[in-house]
Amino acid sequence: MFEPRIVCFFCKWCTYAGADLAGTSRKQYPPNGVVVRVNCTGRIDPQHVLWAFREGADGVLVGGCHPGDCHYEEGNHKTMRRVQFLKRTLEDVGIDPERLQLDWISAAEGEKLVHVMSDFVDTIKELGSLELGLKEQEKVA
Amino acid sequence: MEERIGVFVCHCGTNIAGVVDVKRVAEELADYPGVAYSTDYTYMCSDPGQNLVKDAIKKHNLTGVIVAACSPTLHEATFRRAGMTAGMNQYQVEIANIREQCSWVHQGDKEAATSKAIRTIKVMIEKARLDEALEPISVPMTPRALVVGGGIAGIQAALDVANAGHEVILVEKSASIGGHMAQLSETFPTLDCSQCIMTPKMVEVAQHPKIRLMTYSEVDDVSGYVGNFKVKIRKKAAYVNRDVCTGCGLCVEKCPAKTPSEFDEQLADRKAIYTPFPQAVPNKPVLDAEHCTYFLKDGKCGICAKVCPLDCIDYEQKDEFIEEEVGAIIVATGYDLYPIENLGEYGGGKYADVITSLQFERMLSASGPTGGEVLRPSDGEVPSEVVFLTCCGSRDTENHLPYCSKICCMYLTKHAMLYRHKVHDGQAYVFYMDVRTGGKGYEEFYTRAAEEDDVLYIRGKVSKIFEEDGRVMVWGVDTLSGRKIEIAADMAVLGLATVPNEAAAKLASMLKIHTDEWGFLSEAHPKLRPVESLTPGFYLAGSAQGPKDIPESVAQASAAASKVAALFAETEYHREPVIAVIDEDTCAGCRVCISVCPYDAAEFDDEKKVARIKEAICEGCGACIAACPSGSAQQKNLTDEQLYKMVSAALEV
Repeated sequence: MFEPRIVCFFCKWCTYAGADLAGTSRKQYPPNGVVVRVNCTGRIDPQHVLWAFREGADGVLVGGCHPGDCHYEEGNHKTMRRVQFLKRTLEDVGIDPERLQLDWISAAEGEKLVHVMSDFVDTIKELGSLELGLKEQEKVA
Repeated sequence: MEERIGVFVCHCGTNIAGVVDVKRVAEELADYPGVAYSTDYTYMCSDPGQNLVKDAIKKHNLTGVIVAACSPTLHEATFRRAGMTAGMNQYQVEIANIREQCSWVHQGDKEAATSKAIRTIKVMIEKARLDEALEPISVPMTPRALVVGGGIAGIQAALDVANAGHEVILVEKSASIGGHMAQLSETFPTLDCSQCIMTPKMVEVAQHPKIRLMTYSEVDDVSGYVGNFKVKIRKKAAYVNRDVCTGCGLCVEKCPAKTPSEFDEQLADRKAIYTPFPQAVPNKPVLDAEHCTYFLKDGKCGICAKVCPLDCIDYEQKDEFIEEEVGAIIVATGYDLYPIENLGEYGGGKYADVITSLQFERMLSASGPTGGEVLRPSDGEVPSEVVFLTCCGSRDTENHLPYCSKICCMYLTKHAMLYRHKVHDGQAYVFYMDVRTGGKGYEEFYTRAAEEDDVLYIRGKVSKIFEEDGRVMVWGVDTLSGRKIEIAADMAVLGLATVPNEAAAKLASMLKIHTDEWGFLSEAHPKLRPVESLTPGFYLAGSAQGPKDIPESVAQASAAASKVAALFAETEYHREPVIAVIDEDTCAGCRVCISVCPYDAAEFDDEKKVARIKEAICEGCGACIAACPSGSAQQKNLTDEQLYKMVSAALEV
């Protein structure tokens, strides 16, 4: 059975804390995502996301503070714009834009994190494995 | 130098080891490139656990440490300190979160959890591999505290910080400090008069040389960080020069305009120019323009200005903005009652004789609208049967709020008891789900009400209240006997749920501090850091954090104040050095970083034509780094190179 590999970029103030809350509440969700903790989603460069796909990610989940709640004023707004742009780029290079998802999950929303994560895993399972084959090509070259 | 990384996998008893195969994790990682030492232990945060880490640092000459354990919010500081005592730079000690975000959430799949734990640790190994030794940035500390909210929690916190020798600015949005406690009649379980224990503290605040009291004021904006906040306070136009006013009260006496009193919970009227209550601090009036004839009828009145012997009335007064610097902020914004209108099933807001618990408090108060007599609002008669309802809106997942409001069992017991003291032949009924008496002397108080004051406790919920022939009909079930109950009462008092003050949500959003899903402020740790916010420099006191009685609010306020005093014990604050840095050699001087920085921390060097980061101001959000087209901006210890390697490690098969 296909188990997607997912990279989760979570901001440390909201979504990472929300993920901690899901843990303290012992809520269960699929173990496909590995978290990379950043101060703010505004730190994430589109290239980090592209790199994740290149390195074999089937999906990338970005989690930040709700609009208006960013610890750094408006980092999440910057991310929102970047993600929109990036989704178009992904489409251009043949990667389904649904493989990249941005969601706002606050420190109080452990339950939401569980839903977002579970739904995202389901979405990626439906889309199937992302066979870019980049690493293999490099090997041949 | 080749890196020598140590990996320390914590079992956390069975919290981690019950799901993750910790032995296998430690063994597999021993072979990972750059790992010089890898082990596991039952409780890594315990003394022997920390010693294990310290000894290994020295013995294996480690250049980086990964502790795979609980969330970094819990023990990152612990292990960084341990690393430092073993001679390691604290910023080369990292936490891999394999409890909250692994073992606790993947309990059904041990194999997958173990594999995820390994990848999670590898992510942090890749980070640690390139972590540099950093030193915290020292910035000067402003030893002045801002306390928001002048209820009992804010008052206690302000007094304690001030008595520790530090300046305090206490901001209260209404015209007087005192909060809800000033409205109360007597307090459980001792039945001291609330005013008697409260007013001396209010006066102490007003007279304290270290406290600057700003009533009728609100916090408008906060910027900066712990030790160095800049706050903008809006002093609302009171249309009274309160510095000159002596509080003689002539203006209030002569004012012809009336409106329901907030302090008396709409049971009586106040004037348009008013002091909220006789013992108000400061005891000087404010003019409420919304209800003032002068403002409503284009200057046709002006009686207050005519009678004021000191010419204090100033109809032209505008909101005034005051900017202050503070080092710490205590948020004590308190609670409100859940709106009575939401309790439609009990006729809340519809029937005059179905009232809120705070209205009943005002009725019981000797200085209240009825002079301490219990009287039906509809006809002013003494009620001979009164029904008290607990859990009105609380503990009702389906229709209202799921949480327990904690104080209602006790204050309704007090209400029923005081009613019986005032109306000797009256009958008091209390409908309850459980009587929760978790506090010193509380169970005894409840027993006294039931046994000595003959309060009739009925276990069950009221299903409906309606009016019939001028009486309040209460339908419910006694779940102990299984009988239906119907009481033709004269009055019903609703123990409405406690909700956060409406000001709290706006303030929390402005301060960037977290709230729970109900809007109560979140503490940094539910048990071990109950009075701090996760955002450094913010402290919580009183019901703003969750429903609380007076002793708890006072205790929490004192605790918050002691945290602030400890913070102010240092003349400098040490900030995290994981901020942005710009490589002058590759910077093209495009200034994108300057345009995206929310703090004006990036500046342009006109001589070198490059951008530069101001260390003391940068918060480390990384916006400039993601925006920099040449990759010249980087984050210390979270560079792009580190992020790429971390991403790769997260995806290793």
